[in-house]
Amino acid sequence: MSALQKTGMSIFITASVMLISVLFLNQYQLTEQAFMSAVSSDSELKMIARDLAPMKDKTYSFNVNFNKDIEHYLQSSNKEVKSRFSLTNKDINNVLTQFSEQGIKYSTEKISGALDGSEEGKFKVQKLKDYTSWMEGREYSDLASLEEHLKNTKNNINANVINEKGYGDHKIKALKLALTRQSSFGPITENTLLWLLLTIGLGVVGALMYILPKLGLLPGIKNDHIFHSPNSGRGWIGYMVGFLLIGFYVILYWFPEYMTSWMILVDPISLVLNGNEASQWFFYGFLYTLAIGVMGIRMIIKYRHSKYQMIRTYSVIFFQVAFAFLIPEILIRLNKPSMDLKNIWPLNYTFFFDYNIENLTQTGSIGLGMLMWGIILTLIGVPIITYFYGKRWYCSWVCGCGGLAETLGDPYRQLSDKSLKAWKIERWMIHSVLVFVVVMTFGTLYTYFTGSSEIIGISTYDFRSVYGFVIGAAFAGVVGVGFYPFMGSRVWCRFGCPLAAYLGIVQRFKSRFRITTNGAQCISCGNCSTYCEMGIDVRSYAQKGQNIVRASCVGCGVCSSVCPRGVLKLENKDPKGRFGEAILIGNEGVKMKT
Amino acid sequence: MKHVVIIGNGIAGITAARHIRKNSDFNITVISAESEYFWSRTALMYIYMGHMKYEHTKPYEDWFWKKNRINLVHDYVKAIDTSSKKLLFDQNKPLSYDILILATGAQPNKFGWPGQDLKGVSGMVSLQDLKKIEDHTKNINRGVIIGGGLIGIELAEMLNSRNIPVSFLVRESQFWDNVLPQQEASMISRHIKQHHIDLRLKTELKEILSDDHGYVRAVVTGDGVEIPCQFVGLTAGVHPNIKLVKESTIETNRGILVNEFLETNIPDIYAIGDCAEHKHPPPGRAPVEQVWYTGRIMGETVAQTVSGNKTAYQPGPWFNSAKFFDIEYQTYGRVWNKLKENEAEFYWEHESEQLAMHFVFDKVSKTFLGINSFGIRLRHEFFDQWLKNSVSIDHVLKHLKEANFDPEFFKSYEEDIISAYKADYPDSKVSIKRKKVLGIF
Ligand SMILES: Cc1cc2nc3c(=O)[nH]c(=O)nc-3n(C[C@H](O)[C@H](O)[C@H](O)COP(=O)(O)OP(=O)(O)OC[C@H]3O[C@@H](n4cnc5c(N)ncnc54)[C@H](O)[C@@H]3O)c2cc1C
Ligand code: SF4
Ligand code: SF4
Repeated sequence: MSALQKTGMSIFITASVMLISVLFLNQYQLTEQAFMSAVSSDSELKMIARDLAPMKDKTYSFNVNFNKDIEHYLQSSNKEVKSRFSLTNKDINNVLTQFSEQGIKYSTEKISGALDGSEEGKFKVQKLKDYTSWMEGREYSDLASLEEHLKNTKNNINANVINEKGYGDHKIKALKLALTRQSSFGPITENTLLWLLLTIGLGVVGALMYILPKLGLLPGIKNDHIFHSPNSGRGWIGYMVGFLLIGFYVILYWFPEYMTSWMILVDPISLVLNGNEASQWFFYGFLYTLAIGVMGIRMIIKYRHSKYQMIRTYSVIFFQVAFAFLIPEILIRLNKPSMDLKNIWPLNYTFFFDYNIENLTQTGSIGLGMLMWGIILTLIGVPIITYFYGKRWYCSWVCGCGGLAETLGDPYRQLSDKSLKAWKIERWMIHSVLVFVVVMTFGTLYTYFTGSSEIIGISTYDFRSVYGFVIGAAFAGVVGVGFYPFMGSRVWCRFGCPLAAYLGIVQRFKSRFRITTNGAQCISCGNCSTYCEMGIDVRSYAQKGQNIVRASCVGCGVCSSVCPRGVLKLENKDPKGRFGEAILIGNEGVKMKT
Repeated sequence: MKHVVIIGNGIAGITAARHIRKNSDFNITVISAESEYFWSRTALMYIYMGHMKYEHTKPYEDWFWKKNRINLVHDYVKAIDTSSKKLLFDQNKPLSYDILILATGAQPNKFGWPGQDLKGVSGMVSLQDLKKIEDHTKNINRGVIIGGGLIGIELAEMLNSRNIPVSFLVRESQFWDNVLPQQEASMISRHIKQHHIDLRLKTELKEILSDDHGYVRAVVTGDGVEIPCQFVGLTAGVHPNIKLVKESTIETNRGILVNEFLETNIPDIYAIGDCAEHKHPPPGRAPVEQVWYTGRIMGETVAQTVSGNKTAYQPGPWFNSAKFFDIEYQTYGRVWNKLKENEAEFYWEHESEQLAMHFVFDKVSKTFLGINSFGIRLRHEFFDQWLKNSVSIDHVLKHLKEANFDPEFFKSYEEDIISAYKADYPDSKVSIKRKKVLGIF
């Protein structure tokens, strides 16, 4: 490492530490102004202002305490709401007294008189009426059986009281984020640009100072000390990076209220691009794009002897910057539905969700065009392009997850598990996710077209939220990126991505793509298998002289690059002979069937 | 049930075991003193450089052997009792065999240099050597490598990866020019120097000097120059490992002597791989050929014979490959370091990139005889066919593009090569085909 590189690395580490410390620099004060900006509806504003009155104009140095108080006051308000608006056994008994002892004919009319005319009473009467309208005219043999019905109804109504009259979980989450964001003041808010430069800006500079001097090295494979390094060799730095990434994703998905300072940090960029304040997603997208850009430059320098790797890396950088980042932001600015036009269902699992379809169908021809585009890509684009070029056209040339894996993840690609057992687990997992996403999507469409929210007793909404939590956030994000330093750069792509599963099925059964092995030149050294991020035991094919036709191969071409004997070539050729016999050239005495 | 015992778990021995398993139900035992499992010797350098760990060099997972009923014994064979068909071990009890296959590999050459057994002097063949190299290259100021062959240059790259200054003593006037023609040898020599290796051509080792503790202190070259160093790598070639059989009735010369069926002079005993020496080598081939591929082919062949399908050793056209730092090298057919009487040549080298191709063909008939390619990958299959069918040099050049095996998007040089060829040989009428757009149309 040269002095320049050492300086660069120190700058990068300092910038990263500063980026984390940014989270602790601002203070929080719930002012009138903050209330107004965080909450839009008037009635809500009034209620929240009342419930959070004790916090008003108080200064908090820590985000955590601030949110703890929000939680506390909103929950105590909930408690009150609950005691006021919940139906009690007494209420039910009052209702029952309206009916005669025997030969009961149920009528919602009778409820009106059972409870008092207070706000609470009115609410309860209304709910009971709504929930029991289906019982209208029904006959009950005695009070006991009516009572049983009503008590069940009572429980159902009470379960929803908080959502209606108080603050449900989702609402609390949303309020926390909005209020924290708007109450934040201090150095980050005052000198946003300065802090942006000191953290992310300096980080980029430091990283480039570390990366660019590598141009001074002769071009060629640069894998020296990969397994000696405490970063890429699953050592302490790797573990630290992994845990930091996991922590980042946990905050991003489940506790964005703690990263409001980061959102403020990128406000200037967000304002320029889409005219709005930055959300946590904007911050994430911005960082993600930078990571692909900077680490993409690293990748290009590292592989500058291989045009395939260079072009492929230009491609992922381009698709990330243009398609995943800039175009969607500009669409927002133009008041058009925002969409990452290269994010294909089922990777983009929300594509067929009601709100997305509605959003697209209600925004005129551009929205309809996007809807058509998405459907065509999934149904026609994927199979046809994959037929010609293999799944690589997407996975290692276009996709954002793949793009991150090929750039930020490159230092970790060798950590994938190559065992037969891992391959078995992989096939089970990835195809299960594919089945899951298909069932979920059909369920959602069923609900969309029929209005019925249940299929065989399972709520399609539950399906969606389980998928979103387990697969969309926990798997794709936390494990998918957070596990880079533990299990290699393609954990998500290999074990979880339903689009990869779909592309893989096409690639395996109907495609011109394969990796050809060069006669008998393989020396079984193992570089190819070691550096295959998908955990394919490439050598096991190469040393037999067999084409590599695997559903999971993303065509990154690294196996071919690292092979010291020039044995592997990614090729699109006539599908005939793709599954040809394994042949090793060179033995005239024995016709080898290996 | 016959018991086949194989001494040596390298590519030769393991290939034999795998193919005997495929073709028979014999009991199979493979013995090695070096490692419990088969590993790829060719990847030794990558372990040292941190590209891989030892585990990664194992071509088969550990469960493979049990599943395929191949017994592994990790022990040293001290002696072979050919009369009672028994092996004696260092630690284990004696083992009887019905059929014995010797695949004991090769060992580094030592030419009786003074100081060749000092601490800090090592060859580079086995895992034990790797350990020694690892131990003796910690915190040192200079390493000296003796002998410019394929292993020597690998060792130079290894030390270079740890920023250890290297002096590379090569007897020849250019690196490996006892095998490579001058043009290539000097291109590779230049490349070695680009990597800041102190390459000393036409330099021999006279002696290795010791410090007070029996460690290497310096080497003295043939012309009396002393190079202070703390490590010396001996990579002046290898010789068949015949230590074990020397004491037995098995016939040896440089290696263990075998006929075309890989049989030794003792019935039921065969020898394959680096340790074997062919009494009647196939036409154009050397009696001792110590490369991965020949080891594999001998393993495949002996497996046939042992499983009852007696088969002669019959390798196809010669091929090989290597990598000199960043320059990949492939060869098909024969390109000798000096043209033979009947041969003509055509050499092309890129003016700036380190790319080169060297074609050799028959002066009169124009039959293609061999090619060296540097930095451009070529399809083995095509050249194998062309060599077997004795096609002309014009045919090879005409189809050179199809025979290219470089990754997609790589710049292609066939047009340059062909026009250079035409400049050298104006009578030829070679032309090339157009490439498809996007690989489809
Ligand atoms: C560093 C290096 C790089 C190389 N690179 C290439 C290359 O790129 N391409 C190429 O074609 N070739 C290469 N070679 C040569 C190639 O590796 C050998 O030709 C090949 O490994 C020989 O295989 P083998 O099975 O004959 O013997 P080996 O692999 O040497 O196996 C012999 C085994 O037998 C064991 N053994 C010997 N005697 C006994 C005993 N008495 N008891 C128990 N066990 C015993 C040894 O310990 C050893 O494990 C390279 C060699 C080296 C050393
Ligand atoms: S990297 Fe090349 S030579 Fe090494 S095992 Fe893989 S295909 Fe064979
Ligand atoms: S097999 Fe090769 S091209 Fe395919 S994913 Fe693995 S390393 Fe990449």
